[in-house]
Amino acid sequence: MTEQLSTAAPAPVLEARGVGKTFTGVTALQGVDFTLRAGESLALMGENGAGKSTLIKVLTGVYQPDEGELFLHGEPASFAKPVDAQHAGISTIYQEVNLVPLMTVAQNIFLGREPRNRFGLIDFRKMQEDARALLATYDIHVDVRRPLRSLALGMQQMVALARAVSIDARVVIMDEPTSSLEAREVETLFRVIGMLRSQGIAIVYVSHRMDEIFTICETVTVLRDGKVVHNGRLADLSRVELVALMLGRSVEKVKRGGVTAFGEVKEGEGEPVLTARDMSRKHQISGIGLDIRPGEVVGLGGLLGSGRSETLKAMAGVMQLDEGSLTVDGKRVRSGSVAAAIKAGVVMLPEDRKAEGIIPNLSIRDNIVLAALPRLSRAGFTSRAKQDAIVDVFMKRLRIKAASPNQVVSELSGGNQQKVMIARWLAMNPKVLLLDEPTRGIDVGAKAEVQALINELADEGLAIVLVSSELEEVVEGSARVVVLRDGSVERELRGSEVTEHHLMAALVGENHSPAEESPAEIKERL
Amino acid sequence: MSTVTSAVRLPQKGSALVFLQRYGVYLAIALLLLFNLFFTPNFMTIDNFRVQFIQVVPVLIVALGMALVIGTEGIDLSVGAVMALSAAVIPLYIGYGPLPAAILAVLAGCLIGLANGTMIALIGVQPIVATLSLMVAGRGIALLVADEQLKSVIDPGFLALGRGTIAGVPYSVLLALVLVGLVAVLVNRTTFGKQLVSIGGSRRAAELAGLPVKRVLITIYILAAALASIAGIIQTARLSASVPSTVGNLIELSAITAVVIGGTPLSGGQVKVLGTVAGALLLQLIAASLIKHNVPDAYSQITQAVIILLAVYLQRGKAVLK
Repeated sequence: MTEQLSTAAPAPVLEARGVGKTFTGVTALQGVDFTLRAGESLALMGENGAGKSTLIKVLTGVYQPDEGELFLHGEPASFAKPVDAQHAGISTIYQEVNLVPLMTVAQNIFLGREPRNRFGLIDFRKMQEDARALLATYDIHVDVRRPLRSLALGMQQMVALARAVSIDARVVIMDEPTSSLEAREVETLFRVIGMLRSQGIAIVYVSHRMDEIFTICETVTVLRDGKVVHNGRLADLSRVELVALMLGRSVEKVKRGGVTAFGEVKEGEGEPVLTARDMSRKHQISGIGLDIRPGEVVGLGGLLGSGRSETLKAMAGVMQLDEGSLTVDGKRVRSGSVAAAIKAGVVMLPEDRKAEGIIPNLSIRDNIVLAALPRLSRAGFTSRAKQDAIVDVFMKRLRIKAASPNQVVSELSGGNQQKVMIARWLAMNPKVLLLDEPTRGIDVGAKAEVQALINELADEGLAIVLVSSELEEVVEGSARVVVLRDGSVERELRGSEVTEHHLMAALVGENHSPAEESPAEIKERL
Repeated sequence: MSTVTSAVRLPQKGSALVFLQRYGVYLAIALLLLFNLFFTPNFMTIDNFRVQFIQVVPVLIVALGMALVIGTEGIDLSVGAVMALSAAVIPLYIGYGPLPAAILAVLAGCLIGLANGTMIALIGVQPIVATLSLMVAGRGIALLVADEQLKSVIDPGFLALGRGTIAGVPYSVLLALVLVGLVAVLVNRTTFGKQLVSIGGSRRAAELAGLPVKRVLITIYILAAALASIAGIIQTARLSASVPSTVGNLIELSAITAVVIGGTPLSGGQVKVLGTVAGALLLQLIAASLIKHNVPDAYSQITQAVIILLAVYLQRGKAVLK
């Protein structure tokens, strides 16, 4: 876990030493050391909440570190604002292009530093010629007079990249640059990255796609819980080792144990209640099929960006499918309609409880009955008695701790808010419960309660699909695990295969042979 | 009745601020009445209050609709234009009798509400942009309908709406009271009301809970337009004339002010019906008090501005307290 780079490496361009950052009591970064050398391409890895985006924001002047220092070309540096970092030669390319869509390509490239003619007016001809010449050096040929938004996303990103480099960037940070690109566009991007590196420009590459990381990156820094857990050459790591580092598991010592509150789990029997076939949506998921039986918990494994949340959203009617079908109890469910999914008995606990789940300003009662309200009303008039009956049952059963049902839901703890959300859906008598990170951001006690509840609901015959970025939760909570990778089903683990080891191997796509592949072989395969 | 959630909150830090947020508008009315009791001759008389109530009715009715719209985190700038259109329609159909003319006027206004709602809910235009366009276009249509002319309306049945009374209470005030009651029931006692504040509280969460978000939004804008149309009809009856070029000018600002100082946050998620009534009354009383003391109208407007700032500041305080 130490610095493994040889001493012959070029001088560092950008360094962070002992950087820490805390947000209202929550430590986002702690003692982070980070070194980036000229011409290097570094993969910044970590799961949700590991501190990747905080580190990027510290490096680009969006946040100021609470402790530690930044060094630019060996000199101490501090960026009070993002523009300071830009002037220092640090550019960031986000997955959403942040240029001006209505302006032309040339205008975007020279935004804020347009060439002037002798009257002090913008010299459009020179601007266009320069823009064309700049793009041509990267073998990109496009009409620079076209508005930026008329280009494909990949091309827009190239323009953003060309702009960054032409402002004399020494460091380019790319955050999920390929998430909306076509395969051909990814190739162009990689070619440009290669050219930039040969000019001595350093690249920080953030992506969840393992294939890309191993193709384009030379070194890797792995963050976990705000700390650097590994620095070194990528060639020295296998995929499993990298994922083990990200998730904080040792490859060898993976064993089943009572870490979670899940009891015994068993596979469901009988006919599937939910059948999904060939669910596809461009750039997100492709050809996913699932069968969920009553009384079973099916884990949906996958790293961030594997399409696990998208798969849930597709089944819950939140995301419209381009292709594929969803059947519940033999009846086809219309895609892209939450109301239709709920009517068919498919409900989803969303990942982002605060933004997508609770209605913060309403009471516990109002939140619980929200979806069931029409059923609890007569001719559109609400009935307090009917509501109270339901609310009372669920508050007792789920042990929701609150002063009264009238308490505003935003005053509750995360665990109790999550129980309110579960109560909202149980009040609808669902057949299939889709859980996206049901225990994220809630304290240990409440976590165990929610896990025990999931168990209990399955025992009562509910079909449950569980998505969690915590391996042990998936492994111990599910009877079988469907593993997704890059938007497709990679593998299904059943019975004795449901272990953290098998799951990790499947997460990175080491499908049937756990044998090591060298990076060279992986590149070959691409 | 005044709060949607009727949530019981325990006393907490900054309870003076909380008190002001919740009851500030009522306190202000009480103080103003007290001031007038001592310093304004002939203010605390039944006749004066009758005049004040009659004058506040159009703003109050428009503000009821505005409160619903603001509860969904929207805004409706087209209410004045809707009043103009309904006023313009009245003289065209008054020959069929007051009731058919009034119904047609409300229907015409509802068309503007439908256009607002469609743009906002289905196409995703921002409420301020959508309703701004209909604020301009709506008055244009009203002027076209009226042939750009002021028309007097002399149907006695229709004029009674402006002048008639029951036991000394003007018809228009009674009508306003009925509408306040209906809107209060709608907000506090119906599924629709709960869905409305849920959408305002978190549109995304409401969608994911399977609520008919689009339908509710469209209905809200139609309701706001219907209420504005009624205000336009009352105003026409009071003036005995249809004046589409000026009726309802700037009323959207008074209505928004009434809603906000009544305690309904612009960020949506709550509708305070009683607060809105109090807000409209407060505006009316301030204007009247200043007029009685011969203070120029300009000062009245400045006072309104100060009150808006105060109300919004208090709401911001609430956000900080959370």
